[in-house]
Amino acid sequence: MNLADYMVSGFYDELVTPAGRPRAAARALWKYLKSLDADEIAERKVACEVAALVAGITFRVYFEDTGVDRAMPFDLIPRVIPKKEWDGISEGLEQRVRALNLFIDDLYNDQKIIAEGVVPADLIAGSEHFREQCRGFSPPLGVWAHICGSDLVRDGDGTVYVLEDNLRIPSGVSYMLENRQVMKRVFPELFEDSGIQPVDEYPAQLFDMLASLSPRPVEYPNVVVLTPGVFNSAYFEHAYLAQQMGVELVEGRDLVVDDDNNVFMRTIGGLEPVDVIYRRVDDEFIDPEVFRPDSLLGVRGLMRAWRSGKVALANAPGAGVADDKVVYAWVPEIIRYYLDEEPELANVPTFKCSEPEDLKYVLAHIDELVIKPANESGGYGMLIGPRSTRKEQREFAKLIREKPRNYIAQPTLALSTCPTMVPGGVGARHVDLRPFILSGQQTFVTTGGLTRVAMKAGSLVVNSSQGGGSKDTWIVDTEAAGRKEGGA
Amino acid sequence: MMLARLADHLYWHGRYLERAEGLARLINVNAHLNLDLPGTIAPGWEPLVRITGNEALFGQFYGEDVGERQVAKFLIADERNPGSVRSTLALARENMRAARDVLPREVWEQMNGLYLRISEQISGNLSKRRRHETLNDLILGSQQIAGMLMGTMSQDHAYDFILIGRYLERADVTTRILDVRADDLLPEQAEDVPAFESIQWMSVLKSLTGYQMYRRHVRLRVAGPDVLRFLLRDRLFPRSVMFCLKAMESVINDLPGDDDRALRATAALMRHLDSARTVRLKDEPLSEFIDAIQIELGEIGQLISQTWFQAGSE
Repeated sequence: MNLADYMVSGFYDELVTPAGRPRAAARALWKYLKSLDADEIAERKVACEVAALVAGITFRVYFEDTGVDRAMPFDLIPRVIPKKEWDGISEGLEQRVRALNLFIDDLYNDQKIIAEGVVPADLIAGSEHFREQCRGFSPPLGVWAHICGSDLVRDGDGTVYVLEDNLRIPSGVSYMLENRQVMKRVFPELFEDSGIQPVDEYPAQLFDMLASLSPRPVEYPNVVVLTPGVFNSAYFEHAYLAQQMGVELVEGRDLVVDDDNNVFMRTIGGLEPVDVIYRRVDDEFIDPEVFRPDSLLGVRGLMRAWRSGKVALANAPGAGVADDKVVYAWVPEIIRYYLDEEPELANVPTFKCSEPEDLKYVLAHIDELVIKPANESGGYGMLIGPRSTRKEQREFAKLIREKPRNYIAQPTLALSTCPTMVPGGVGARHVDLRPFILSGQQTFVTTGGLTRVAMKAGSLVVNSSQGGGSKDTWIVDTEAAGRKEGGA
Repeated sequence: MMLARLADHLYWHGRYLERAEGLARLINVNAHLNLDLPGTIAPGWEPLVRITGNEALFGQFYGEDVGERQVAKFLIADERNPGSVRSTLALARENMRAARDVLPREVWEQMNGLYLRISEQISGNLSKRRRHETLNDLILGSQQIAGMLMGTMSQDHAYDFILIGRYLERADVTTRILDVRADDLLPEQAEDVPAFESIQWMSVLKSLTGYQMYRRHVRLRVAGPDVLRFLLRDRLFPRSVMFCLKAMESVINDLPGDDDRALRATAALMRHLDSARTVRLKDEPLSEFIDAIQIELGEIGQLISQTWFQAGSE
């Protein structure tokens, strides 16, 4: 592979230094890639595609007429992070999720953080995902967001920032797992002695975490994955995780709640009790008795079963309140308040349009900033200042003035890049990283996570719903690499 | 423990795929009869509409015109007919899709491919020759899926419910194919046309791929009562009604639960088949006997649904 021409300009590159040398953790990989000729690369690229196809890695994209499963583009050059750096990030993520869970629990109960004036009261009033139906309740262990997917980005100077936290039903972990399977099949040589940390513990950890939530003290509680069904964009992942954990994949109509708030699934042998539900259905749809009455995806009575402690729901309904981008802006204060610690991971500097000072600044610099709506995900409904037209800026300014609470603004980041296969060779493409954090009796952070890559040159949009691809992510222990060799 | 919804889908996948295959066989046998018999006693195409139970719908779309072209279109390609080859094949596919995670991936791909291929082939005007090829392709495709399941799928309850669906529907199909013949098509003086009678029964056997097996195991010249006995009561031929019931009985026996109504109903129908010691063609119209079997098969289907698919919905 011809890597001599690989140029990075103005961005932090994950694999290569500004001088064009591979970073320490990527040295073995770089050497290996260089040794491959064009035919070998082409052969491996085809092997990757075939492996992905066979694995059935598909992602259904919304708003597409065809509604056909299509493969999420997979890039064969991995993204590498030194283990030492990752350990620090991992601790920062644990700290963050710990604080967020305390915050959610407080919001639905005493609201001390508001009473003490640390965050403004309208933080909740304006939050779309605050659920009145969860007030006065605390789930087992006080944990609301059992599975959190936080998006990390790296800026030009190498600093890692948290871009957002997904506390409702974050997806993508199946791609992380499958990408590694594909890489091991296509590049077995690379894994032999290079200190790459495994990622495949996740399904077992997920199952253990879910099982630890069971209200019944039995050895093998009945855990199920609740999916909206085959037409959901992430159905592949729901089926995949259920399979990997060895649990049933159910739809709302497979479950029933009796008058004593017990949850059962309908089987060919009658009704079987259900203890823990990993639900991949949005709050609004999980229980027509409490939320949207027209929902066909949910289970009538599920909320009362949950509130009476008969069943565990992961994530807990209402956890999305902390998913809000305005809440995001307050996370550093939230960490300090509940943990009395300094945040280990930085937030991207964020302007809160609800604060008059910030609002003034945002409106004056709208052409330089990224404006994000509070409650949207997947990159929808945002304005990227430097790439927008005057007309779009005027429209957004109007929206912000109407509902300042609904918007935050951030400076555009010089998102880091990673060498990526492109037509005609290798090019620098922007990447982010979504690790997953599990919280139950213990906390567990994935080894790395899912690296998403914008496949178009210069593009910052990595969302799979908007054509982004993914890469395998290697956490490399440079000290362990080669140890086997030395010891033999 | 298997989810009732998945069991339900797999059972109906089995039924619809077998129904599509059966329809293909039914159309083929009728076409052969029409080719082999002189015009005065050839059955024409009207019986097929009646046997598949769609007279009213057919009349609505095609009026009085019960010609080959109309009937073939209605039974094969017409999406407005929920019992057409195209509709039943689509249902076989949708039911499998809903349960595809418990099946080997290749089987789902085969089902999907079969549906896409056949529906493309029947979308235009089918010549008789192409129609025959397409229907044979469907029959082979359906057999292939059955074979893949047998060769690659763990024989768990998911497999059991596909089997039950297929056997129950197959028993029904076989009775309907007999219906084609049972229709009072021979004139009273049937003795006058023995050669034609033999031809008809041969067609029936061939449509069920049963001619060779009949010759091997019955060793008699092809005659009505013997063929009837073979297709209703033979214990070794996999498309005979008795064989299907016996297979169902053994599968149902392994299913969970204390409710044995479906098992009893299956055993009862087997007894009824056995005790009708001679199926008389002339005195008692065959079609009445066949109707009675079909009603009992329908009841077994309902009991299966009540016993295994409806937990918690009473």
